[in-house]
Amino acid sequence: MASVPKPNELLKSINHTPPETWWMDKPVEFRPGTFCNASRPQYLEIVGLPFAREWRVTDDDWKLPPNWKEIYINGIKERLERFRTFKVFMDICVRCGACADKCHFFIGSGDPKNMPVLRAELLRSIYRRYFTTSGKLLGRTAGARDLTEETFKELWYYFFQCTECRRCSLFCPYGIDTAEITIIGRELLNLLGCNIDWIMGPVSNCYRTGNHLGIQPHAFRDMIEFFCDEIEGVTGIRPEPSFNRKGAEILFVTPSGDVFADPGTYTCMGYLMLFHELGLDYTWSTYASEGGNFGFFTSHEMAKRLHYKIYAEAERLGVKFIIGGECGHMWRLIHQYLATFWTPPKNLEVPVSPITGTRFEHAKSTKMIHIVEFTADLIRHGKLKLDPSRNDNLVVTFHDSCNVARGMGMFEEPRYIIKNVCNNFYEMPPETIREQTFCCGSGSGLNTDEYMEMRMRGGFPRANAVRYVHEKHGVNMLACICAIDRAVLPPLMNYWVPGVQVTGVHELVGNALIMTGEKKRTTNLRGEPLPGMEEETDEDL
Amino acid sequence: MGIKFALSIVLGLALAVIVGVKLLGLQYVFGVVVPYSAFAIFLVGFIIRIIDWARSPVPFRIPTTAGQMYTSLSWIKPSKFDNPYNKLGVVVRMALEILVFRSLFRNTKMQLREGGKLTYHWEKWLWLAALAFHYSFLVIFLRHLRFFTDPVPGIIQWLERADSFFEMGLPGILLSDFVLVAAATYLFIRRVVIPQVKYVSLPADYFALFLILAIAITGMLMRYVWRVDIISIKQLTMGLATFHPTVPSGLGILFFMHLFFVSTLFAYFPFSKLMHMGGIFLSPTRNLPNNSRMVRHINPWDYPVKVHTYEDYENEFREKMVEAGIPVEKPLEGMEEEKAE
Repeated sequence: MASVPKPNELLKSINHTPPETWWMDKPVEFRPGTFCNASRPQYLEIVGLPFAREWRVTDDDWKLPPNWKEIYINGIKERLERFRTFKVFMDICVRCGACADKCHFFIGSGDPKNMPVLRAELLRSIYRRYFTTSGKLLGRTAGARDLTEETFKELWYYFFQCTECRRCSLFCPYGIDTAEITIIGRELLNLLGCNIDWIMGPVSNCYRTGNHLGIQPHAFRDMIEFFCDEIEGVTGIRPEPSFNRKGAEILFVTPSGDVFADPGTYTCMGYLMLFHELGLDYTWSTYASEGGNFGFFTSHEMAKRLHYKIYAEAERLGVKFIIGGECGHMWRLIHQYLATFWTPPKNLEVPVSPITGTRFEHAKSTKMIHIVEFTADLIRHGKLKLDPSRNDNLVVTFHDSCNVARGMGMFEEPRYIIKNVCNNFYEMPPETIREQTFCCGSGSGLNTDEYMEMRMRGGFPRANAVRYVHEKHGVNMLACICAIDRAVLPPLMNYWVPGVQVTGVHELVGNALIMTGEKKRTTNLRGEPLPGMEEETDEDL
Repeated sequence: MGIKFALSIVLGLALAVIVGVKLLGLQYVFGVVVPYSAFAIFLVGFIIRIIDWARSPVPFRIPTTAGQMYTSLSWIKPSKFDNPYNKLGVVVRMALEILVFRSLFRNTKMQLREGGKLTYHWEKWLWLAALAFHYSFLVIFLRHLRFFTDPVPGIIQWLERADSFFEMGLPGILLSDFVLVAAATYLFIRRVVIPQVKYVSLPADYFALFLILAIAITGMLMRYVWRVDIISIKQLTMGLATFHPTVPSGLGILFFMHLFFVSTLFAYFPFSKLMHMGGIFLSPTRNLPNNSRMVRHINPWDYPVKVHTYEDYENEFREKMVEAGIPVEKPLEGMEEEKAE
C-alpha cells in the first residue's frame, strides 16, 4: 500500500492552477495512491465479462486485444444510439467552467483533468475525432485527438477518479451529468476487460452469493443472530428475525456492509430493534442479501443483472412490499432504475405502513420504500417511544449522501428522524449539504486501501465542512444514510478531523428507542456508557 | 489554446469580403447567395441535429434532483420546481433553466485558504454576464426583424423604443448593442484570465465569441460611426425576405462584412457548441419528472440479461442453508428418504 502523505503535506501539494503544458500533451502518470489495482481475471470470468486476463496498471502493455480500437469506437457508437444523455452531453458543453471547482477530486488534488469539464473532454476529444466532421478534418484544432493506448490509459485513470456524485451536474447550465459520462466511460473500459479489482470482486461475489462481501447464507444468518445477542445484552430483549420466510408481509433489503463492518453493524442493530419493537411481519433474505450494486460501477447491464434478485426474491417469498435500508447508490438504483430494469412482480402492492396506515403512493410503481421514509412516518404518527437524551453525549451533524441527495432528493426525512432521536444537531454550511452535498471521496467502488491518498483528497471538502462544525459546535458524530459512507468516513475523519465518529441514522434510532419491557439501559449499542450511566457501567465491569 | 487561430479566422472572413466585394465585385454572391445558403444550412442543420438527438432514446429517468422530493409524507414540503414530480413542475423547471439560467445561478467560487480551510463565495458574475449576453442578443435579433418586415410590426417598434430608452442624441443609443459587447468581452476576458477556464478552452470557444463581437462591432460602426444607406439595406433585406433578391448600389463594405459575419454564424451554428440552444431542451437530467417510483419508466431497448436465479443459488448452498435452519425450496436428497421412512 502506498503511504499516504500527512494532512499538511497533502494540503501543500494542492495547486489549482493548471500547468503550462496543454492537457492533450500531458500524458497520464500512474502515481501509487491515486489509482486502484486492476481486476483479477477470475472475477471477470465468473460473471462472463470479456478479455479476462492478468494485467497490472503500471505495466506498459495492458494486453488489450488486437482489435481494441474497433471495439472501443463501436462501443461509443452503440451508446450514442442508446443514450440521449451521452449524445447530447458530447455535443453541447460550452466549457464555461462553472463545474470546475465543484468537484471534490479537483478541489482535493488540483489535477485539472479532475475538473468535470475536462474529464468529459477526455472522452469528447475521442468522440469528435471519430464521429464529427470537424474533428475528422481539423484534429486538435477542433478539440479532437486519436485513440491511442496512452489516451485509453488516461481515460481509465480519470473515469476511476470520479465517484459519480453528480455535484457538477447540479451547477451545469445544461444539466450535463458527469456521472452519466463516467458510467458510460466505464462501460467502454469494461468492453476491454479493464475494471478495478475492488469493483469486480464485489460484483462477482454479489452475482454468486447475493452480496458484495461473499457472505454465504449460513454465515449471513449467524451475523444477524450475533447482532441479536448484542441487542439482548444492551436491552434485555432479543429480536427474532426470520430468513427467507415465505408469506412475510415485507422483505427487507440492506447493503451487506451493514451486516459486516463497524459502524454499519450498529445501524443494522437499529433496524432489528425497530422492527422487533413494531412486531413487523418481515423477513431477511440470504439471496437478496445486498441492496448495493457495484454492477452500477461496471455497466448498466451488470447493474441490471445484479439487481434482479430483489424483485425475484420478493416474488418467490410472496411479500407485499419491500423496505430498503440506508444506502446511497443502492437508492439511486432503486429510485431511478429498478422498475425500469425489471417488471415489479404482481404480488407486490402499494406499500402501506402496517403501523400507521400511511399509503406510500409515491412508491406505487416500484413498491419499495426507504427505511428512513418508513421511520419518519412512524415518528410523525407518534408510534415510537423515544428517549433522545440517550444520545446526549453526541453532537450530531448530517452528511447527505450524494446519490440520495441528487438522484432522489431525500433531505427532510433523515433530518426529521435525527432531530427526534438526538438533542444536539447542527448543520454544516449550506454549500456543503443537501443538493450541494460533497461526496465522501470514496464512492462508486473506489473505497479501496491502495487508493487511500486519492480518497483523502476527494474527501477533503466534506471533511473540511465537518471540521467547521466540529470547531464551532463541538460536533463529534457524523450521521449518514449510506453504507459506503459508514465504511469510508471513519478513516477520512481520522485523517482530517480526529475526534469525529460516524453513525447511521438507525443506530441513533436504536439507542433512543424505548423498547417494551427493556431493562434499564446503561450502554449504547457500541457498548459505551450512556450519558449519566458512566458509574453504573463501571460497576458492571 | 487557439486565441490567435480563432482571431485569424474572423479576420480572414473580413478579408474575404474585401476581396470578394471590392476586388472581384461579387456583390450578388455576398448579398444574396451567401445569406440564403447560410440560412438554409442553419435551418436544415438545426433540424437534423435535433432529430438526431431525439432519435436516441432516454432509457432511464435520471433527473438531477435539486431539492426535496415529493413523497406521500404530506407534512414534508416538496421542492416543486427544483425537484419536480409532475409535468407542470418540469415545465416550470425548464422555463427557469432556459429563461433565467437557474443552475448557473447556483454558482459559487471555491477558495482554499491558508491553514487549509475551504470556503465558498458569492459568484454570480458568470450568471449575470450570460443573462446579459443572451438577452441583449435576443433583443438585437428581434429588432433586426424590422429589416425583413414591411410594415414593421408594432411589437418590434415598441422593442426598439424600449431599447433606446436612454435617448442620448442622434442616432439614439440602443442599450442592447453596448450590453452585448460588454457581456461578450467579459466572457472573453474571463476565459483568458481564469486559469482553469483558459486551460479547457478550445479555438471554437474563442471563435464563437470573436464572431459575435465582430457582428456587433460592424453593426455598431454602421449605426454610430459611418452611417450607411438604410434605404438600400432595407431594399436588399426585403428582397431576401420576399424571395425577390436584388442588390442595390450604395451598400458599403461594412454592411457586407456585417452580413457575412451573420451568415457565418448561421451556417456554423448547427455544427458547433452553439447548439446548446437546442440541447438544453433535450437534457434528460432537467426535463424529466422525479417520479420514477410512482410511474414506471420503460427502456425501449431493454434486452434479456443473464442472471443468477434463486434456484442456482439454492443449488449451491442448499446443504448450508438447511443446516442453518434457513427454509429451502427443494429438500436435501437424503432428507426426502428419511421422511419416507
